[in-house]
Amino acid sequence: PKQWAVLKRDEECMKLLSAMTQVVPPILSVTPCRALVDEKFKVLVENLPPGCPVTVRSLHHSEDKDDWEAYGHYVSDHSGVVSVSEDLSYGGTYTGKEPMGLLWSMRPVPGSRPGLRLRKMNVCTPMLVTISVHSGHEGFRDQAPLASVLTERWYMAPGIRRININEQGVQGTLFIPPGPGPFPGLLDMWGGGGGLLESRAALLASHGYVSLALDYLGFDQESENLEFKYFETAFNIIKDHPQVMPDRVGIFGLSLGSLVAVTLAAYSTIVKPCCIVCISCNHYYPARGSTVTSKFEGVTRWVLSLSARVNEDNQVIWKDVALEFITDPSNIAEVGRINCPTLLVNGCDDQNWPTVETAEDVARLMREAGKEHLLSRLAYPDTGHLIEPPFSPHFRATTFVMRSSKEKVILLWGGQTKPHSDAQEDSWRKILSFLQFHLYCGPNLKAKI
Amino acid sequence: MTQAVPPILSVTPSRALVDEKFQVLVENLPPGCPVTLRSLHRSEDEDDWEAYGHYVSDHRGVVSVHSGHEGFRDRTPLASALAERWYMAPGVKRIDINKQGVQGTLFIPPGPGPFPALLDMWGGGAGLLEYRSALLASRGYVSFSLDYLRSEHLSADVEFKYFETAFNIIRNHPQVIPDRVGILGSSLGSMVAFNLTAYSTIIKPRCIVCISSNHYHPPGTTLKAGFKILSKHFHKAHFDENNYMSWRSFALDLIADPSNNVEVGRINCPMLLVNGCDDQNWPTVETAEEVARLLREGGKEHLLSRLAYPGAGHLIEPPFSPHFRATKFIILNSKEKVILLWGGHTKPHSDAQEDSWRKILSFLQLHLYHSPSVKANL
Repeated sequence: PKQWAVLKRDEECMKLLSAMTQVVPPILSVTPCRALVDEKFKVLVENLPPGCPVTVRSLHHSEDKDDWEAYGHYVSDHSGVVSVSEDLSYGGTYTGKEPMGLLWSMRPVPGSRPGLRLRKMNVCTPMLVTISVHSGHEGFRDQAPLASVLTERWYMAPGIRRININEQGVQGTLFIPPGPGPFPGLLDMWGGGGGLLESRAALLASHGYVSLALDYLGFDQESENLEFKYFETAFNIIKDHPQVMPDRVGIFGLSLGSLVAVTLAAYSTIVKPCCIVCISCNHYYPARGSTVTSKFEGVTRWVLSLSARVNEDNQVIWKDVALEFITDPSNIAEVGRINCPTLLVNGCDDQNWPTVETAEDVARLMREAGKEHLLSRLAYPDTGHLIEPPFSPHFRATTFVMRSSKEKVILLWGGQTKPHSDAQEDSWRKILSFLQFHLYCGPNLKAKI
Repeated sequence: MTQAVPPILSVTPSRALVDEKFQVLVENLPPGCPVTLRSLHRSEDEDDWEAYGHYVSDHRGVVSVHSGHEGFRDRTPLASALAERWYMAPGVKRIDINKQGVQGTLFIPPGPGPFPALLDMWGGGAGLLEYRSALLASRGYVSFSLDYLRSEHLSADVEFKYFETAFNIIRNHPQVIPDRVGILGSSLGSMVAFNLTAYSTIIKPRCIVCISSNHYHPPGTTLKAGFKILSKHFHKAHFDENNYMSWRSFALDLIADPSNNVEVGRINCPMLLVNGCDDQNWPTVETAEEVARLLREGGKEHLLSRLAYPGAGHLIEPPFSPHFRATKFIILNSKEKVILLWGGHTKPHSDAQEDSWRKILSFLQLHLYHSPSVKANL
């Protein structure tokens, strides 16, 4: 029967491949071999026998010393070529025509510790990924690869300067693009529980923005007012930098960082961001007198003590409990006071925070205040909370350590890998276009002329 | 306008191998605006090199960098970006070789291998140049940049053995496929390639590439001795209006005597000859004609491919390397400095570098990677 014929042909092909590769290996190339993390590459295998089943695999050894991999099963064409950009993957960690599947579908290798998250803390060195080609589909790992190459994925373009900031009490890392400038600026903030992540700020500098990755969860601010001043001071450090255009500074926040963005934009009398980007927006801003840090601690403790829903995999879901918090209008920031263009990006399958409801709420409040024209929204189906730059692997749930108690839980972020990865790619392009429009081009410029 | 906001300049990719292209884009200019795009490189010798082009932005305000055309260097640039150009791909290993009397640098591609390999030799007067081998390793070949002009060999035989030993060091390397080793030589290096391939009884290159072909080798002479003979003819050299020295015409007389030349008719492997029609240093096109004639007489013309580029000179290098029509050269024996005329004109020479490199890589891939012998086995 047909199946038997296919199987037999595959066997013959693999025998031929084995015979050939004892003589000469396939030619594997990744172009470009060095790139920024948000750039695409082309992976090509040549010099295979025609119609030959092979597996293309990526492997990355992380800073935390875990191994991450992705792989796709392919069949070579009549000229003995597999092109990952052009051909269909028949299975593996991704299927279909996915030029970048070898990156975004990465997950810890079998046998790894659970709940891992991949984050590059040292952005001065590239992420090293080994791409290899193996004979066959099932059991491809049993033999040594036929060929392998190394590719570098960089957060920093050449000429970017990285500067530690410890100024006026503010701590963080500043990234400055090459060239005379002046440049637009960005205050960049991640969410809770991460430590200081520089990767996005480095990448934004590679796109032409002076970016400050702000460290804001490390310290216990004495009061809400002092904490607010911390953020205002951070913003002004950027604004006053000799290579920054003072009226072109925006704010970029994810999760808890987006709460900081909206509150600064809504309440500050001294900082006026040119625009703000909020990924996985959070506008939970209850009774005055508590800092963002303590709010965060409060929320996390509260959520866990209220027995936040835990699913059958023992993953903690904050979303539902948080939804109750934000239904009380006195608990939310007065976003109607925002006066600058605002972009909200969230995932419809966010299990960590009710970001869909938050975005709806922000739209309603801004509409009521006559500010709807300032708002743009992107909501991605089957996408979770951690919307990161393109080609970063997707994590549906990861280990989270409570800052005070050091208790470890597994938090559910949500999202399904393929749609989440599509969302990362699409949203990043749209975010960069939004930033370029408001910070580089900008209607007020035309007004000046 | 540019005090308000600078143009957006990008080079993609910002890190590339030296033989890869990049795209330089500028946005956010006013429409129809004259600007100049400039490149600047500070060399290892601490000289500054530049190139520039004058452009006019389109209606969307897209092209290039300095404002204005004339006198652009007097103003600070509107924007600048840094691009890295690499000779080595990530994972390529570089190994110093000093083995069995042979010296040089070996480059090995990443991966398990085994790989086809190349013995890579530059011409005289340069010292040990590694960059072509590094690039070849980045393209999948174990490549050995051989240092062969440093020491004086006692005799032509001893020198010949040096080259055979070098070839075998590559051939016997655990990551090299022993019957897939080729030779790539330019200028004097191409003479070594012809010589080895024509006369060796112990090494058999699978294919050879000769850039700026030279088959002049008075029998029984070492390279240094051969050079001494050559230098006795320098008084016949032609000096152009800039006082640049050209060897081409007296060399043409020298190679007219076949007893001075390598018997290339003895070669039995595929050969690719790459030459510039405006080569003022050596009569490389005439050499290639002669090689063709000798092979034809032996019924072996099918082994030969030739590329001859109009307007290209002697120093045919990997793509995008700047063109040098004439450069300083120290005459080995006398330490006298002259300016040697290599020939070529910048645009056609650069086109030749780009086209020839692609064809060289394709020739190497055909003979060293593809497997007609395996099909034969089946």
